[in-house]
Amino acid sequence: MLKKFRYQIAIFLSVIGPGIITANVDNDSGGILTYSQAGAKYGYLPLWTLIPITLLLIVTQEMCSRMGAVTGKGLSDLIREEFGLRTTFFMMIALVLTNFTNVIAEFAGIASSLELFHISRYISVPICAVAVWFLVVRGNYRSAEKIFLAACFLYVTYIISAFLLKPDWKEAAIYSVKPILMFDTDYITMLIAMVGTSIAPWMQFYLQSAIVEKGITAKEYVQSRIEVVVGCVLTDVVAFFIIVSCATAIWAHGPKDINDAADAAVALKPFGKYAYLLFSAGLFNASFFAACILPLSTVFTVCEGLGFESGVDKRFHEAPEFYWLYTLLVVLGAGVILWPNFPLVRMILASQVLNGVMLPFVLIYMVLLINKKGLMKEWTNSAAYNTVAWVSVAIMIGLTLALVSITVKQMMQAEAAPAPSAPVAQVQSYDSGRHALKAYVHESRIAHLIRQTLGMGKFAD
Amino acid sequence: MADEFLFLTELLGLKVHDLKGRRLGLVKDAAIVPLIDASRVDRFLVGGGWAWLSIRHDQIRSISLDGIYLKDEQLTPYHSDEYMLRLVRDLLDQQIIDGQGRKVVRVTDVTFRIQHHADGDVLNILDVDIGLRSMWRRLAQGVVPPRWIRRIQTVIPPHSIRWEHCSIIEADPQRRLRLNISNKILERMHPADLADIVEDLSPDDREAIFETIDSEVAAETLSEMEPDVQASILESLETEKAADIVEEMSPHEAADALAELEEQTSEEILEEMEQEPKEEVEELLEYPEHSAGGLMNTEYVALPEGTTVEGAMDALRAHEEILENLNTLFLVDSGDQLKASIPLARLFTAAGATPLQELAAEPLLHVDVEERQDRITELFDKYNLLTLPVIDAEGKLAGVITADEVISLLREK
Repeated sequence: MLKKFRYQIAIFLSVIGPGIITANVDNDSGGILTYSQAGAKYGYLPLWTLIPITLLLIVTQEMCSRMGAVTGKGLSDLIREEFGLRTTFFMMIALVLTNFTNVIAEFAGIASSLELFHISRYISVPICAVAVWFLVVRGNYRSAEKIFLAACFLYVTYIISAFLLKPDWKEAAIYSVKPILMFDTDYITMLIAMVGTSIAPWMQFYLQSAIVEKGITAKEYVQSRIEVVVGCVLTDVVAFFIIVSCATAIWAHGPKDINDAADAAVALKPFGKYAYLLFSAGLFNASFFAACILPLSTVFTVCEGLGFESGVDKRFHEAPEFYWLYTLLVVLGAGVILWPNFPLVRMILASQVLNGVMLPFVLIYMVLLINKKGLMKEWTNSAAYNTVAWVSVAIMIGLTLALVSITVKQMMQAEAAPAPSAPVAQVQSYDSGRHALKAYVHESRIAHLIRQTLGMGKFAD
Repeated sequence: MADEFLFLTELLGLKVHDLKGRRLGLVKDAAIVPLIDASRVDRFLVGGGWAWLSIRHDQIRSISLDGIYLKDEQLTPYHSDEYMLRLVRDLLDQQIIDGQGRKVVRVTDVTFRIQHHADGDVLNILDVDIGLRSMWRRLAQGVVPPRWIRRIQTVIPPHSIRWEHCSIIEADPQRRLRLNISNKILERMHPADLADIVEDLSPDDREAIFETIDSEVAAETLSEMEPDVQASILESLETEKAADIVEEMSPHEAADALAELEEQTSEEILEEMEQEPKEEVEELLEYPEHSAGGLMNTEYVALPEGTTVEGAMDALRAHEEILENLNTLFLVDSGDQLKASIPLARLFTAAGATPLQELAAEPLLHVDVEERQDRITELFDKYNLLTLPVIDAEGKLAGVITADEVISLLREK
C-alpha cells in the first residue's frame, strides 16, 4: 500500500513542470500590470473574477495537456495533420506576430523593473537578451526546466509583499466570492483585460508541447492533470495577492490609475522598503522568465507546424529556421526597447487585435480536435465536458471580440483625431541627459486602455 | 517535354474529361495500392456531386496540366478500401521517416513522374517534397495559376526525398500489413539513429514500430534510448514481445530498463523470459542503481590463470558476439577470484605460447560492487581506463564497468 503510494508520488514528481511553468509564465509583466491596475483603481472589487478565470483556465489547459498526453503530438502538429498546411501557415504567422509583441513587452518589463534598481536599460536589456539566448541555445531542456521551476517559486515574493502591507483580509475574502458588476466602461474593460491576459493562444501551444517533450503519456495523465490544475490555481493565487497589495497600498489611499507595473512598485514604497523591493524583484523575475519561454515556445510551435527541424539539441546548420527565428525574436524584441521613436503603441494595439482574432480559432480547433475519436480514442470529451468547453469557448470569444472591438474603435478614433492640443496616444522619445530615453504617454483613454489590456505601460521615468 | 512530372497540388483540382471531352468532375484524391505496386497511382478519386467516383489507372488516356482524359468511362463509386494508401488523407501533412536523412519529416507535397505508354499515361510517385518550395506550391495552390506557380518556384531551392527512401508511419499493425509497410529501411539504420527517430514519434507510432521490427534491432535501439522512454515503450508492448526484446539486450541494459518499470510489469516481463538471461538480469536488478553493481555489465571474458595467447584467441573466436566492444580480458583462479586484467591489444604483438599473465596490466585495479559512482569515475579518469572489473564480497569477478557507461553517467550530471 505504502509502496503503491510512493510510486504515485514518484509519478507525480516526474510530471511536474509543464503545467506549473505555463501557468506562471502567464503572470508575465503584462499580467502583473493588469492585476496591479485592477487593485489600484477598484480595490478589492475585481477579486471575484479570479475564480471564474481559474475555471476557464483549467478547462482550456486541461484539454491541451490531455491532447498532448494521449496523442504525443503538439497542438500545431495536430492542426497541421487535421486541417492542412494553409490553415497552419496563417495561424503560425499570426502567432509569431502576437508573440513578438509579447516578447517586446517582456523586455520592457525587464527594463523598467531594473531601472527601479538604478540599472540603465542600455545595460540590462542587452545582458538579459544574451542570457536568454544562451540559456536556451547552450543549455538543454531538462536543465532549463529546472531553472524555470525555480523561477516559479520566486513568485512567492508577491505573497510576502502582500502580507507586509497588512491588508484588510476580511474585505478581501468577502469580495473574492461576491461578484460586483458595474456598468462602467472602464470597469468592464478591466474585467475583460483580466480574462484576456490570463488565456492567450501561445499558452495552449506551449503547454501541449511541454507535455509531449516531457514524455507524459495517457497512463500518467491523471497525475499530470493534477499538476495542470495546481498550476492554474497557483497563478491566480499570485494574481490575488498582487491585487490585494495594490488595493491596500494604493486604492485604500485614493483610487488611481497606474501606468506601469513599476509604478505600482513605487507606490508601495511608502509602506515599507521590503514590500517595494519584493514587488520590483517579482516583476523582473516574471518578465525575464517569460522572455525565456515565449520566444522558445514560438519557434518550437512554428517549426513543428511547418515541418522544419527543431530542437536545442540540433546544430545550427541542421535546424537553421529554428535558430534564425529564435535569434530574431530575441534580438528584435530586445532591440525595439532600445530604439527611440519606435511606434510601439500602435504595434501593440495591432497585436492585441491579432491575439483576439486568433484565440477563438485556436480554441475552436482545440475542441474539434479533442473530439476526434481517431486521435483521442477513449479520451475524447464527454458530453457534459463538451458543454462546459463550448460554453467556455463562447465566453472567451465573446470577451475577446468585445475587447477587439473596443480596441479597434479606439484605434480608429486615434487615427481620426490626431488633435495636437490633446494628443490621443503619442509616444515621444528624446534624450534628457539623466535618462537616455524617456517616453512620455499622455494620460488619455486610449493610452489607459492600452496599458490596461496589454501590460505595456509607458517607460519608467 | 516539360510536363514529365506533376505535383500532387497540381493533380488535385485537375478536370477529368470523358470520351467526348465533357467534364466529369475534379480530382479530389489519389491512391496507391502498395501490395500491387509501391509507387504507381492506382486510383484517382473524382468528386462531382456528393459521391466520389473511382478511376482505375488503366482507364486513363492522358494526364497533363490541362486535365485528365479517359479512354474508358465505366467508373465505379468510390468505396473506402483498407488496401489503399490515399495520398491526401494518409500522406499529405503527415509525418514519414526519411531513411536516408535519418529523421522524421512532414510531407508537404508529392512529385509524380508522368510516363507515356502506348495505351495511356501512368503516374508514379517519384519524390516526397518537404521544403520551402513545396510549401509555396501549397500556399499558392488554387490562388495562382499552376504554370505561374512552376515558374516562380524555380527561385526556391527544392527539398525532396526519394519515394523509395521513405517509410510510412502507421500505428495499426493490421493496416501496416495491408499497406505492405516494411521495416527494412528502419532495420538498416544505425540503432542510435533509429532511437532518435523513434523518440520523435508519438507513443502509438513508437509502439507500432517496436511491435513489428526484428527483436534484435529493437533491443539495440532500445539500448540507445533514455531510461524513461525505454520504460514507456516496454510498458506499451505485449508482455511477450517486451520479453523477447529484453532478452536480446545486454543484461546490464535490460536491468536498467526494467528497474524503471512498475514492479508488477517488470516481473511479468521477467516471467516470460528464458531462464538464462532472466537469471543474469535478476542478479543485476539486486544492486542499487548508482553503485558499481548497478553500473556494471556481465559481458566480459574471464579465462583460467594459465591460459596462453593461443588459448585466449580460441576463446575469443567462441564469443564473437561480444567482440565489438571488448577491450580487456580477465584471468581468474579456480575459485573465480580475479587475478589479472589483460589489455586486448597486447595479444597481437605477443607470441602464441606466451602466458597471458605476462601481459597483465599493472596495477590490477578493481572495485567492490558497493562502490559509489563518483569514486568510479575518479578511477577511470586517473588511470585512463576503458574497462574496470567489479568484484563481489567474496572477491569473485562479478562484472565490468565500461568507459561508455561512465560517459553516459557524466553526461547526465
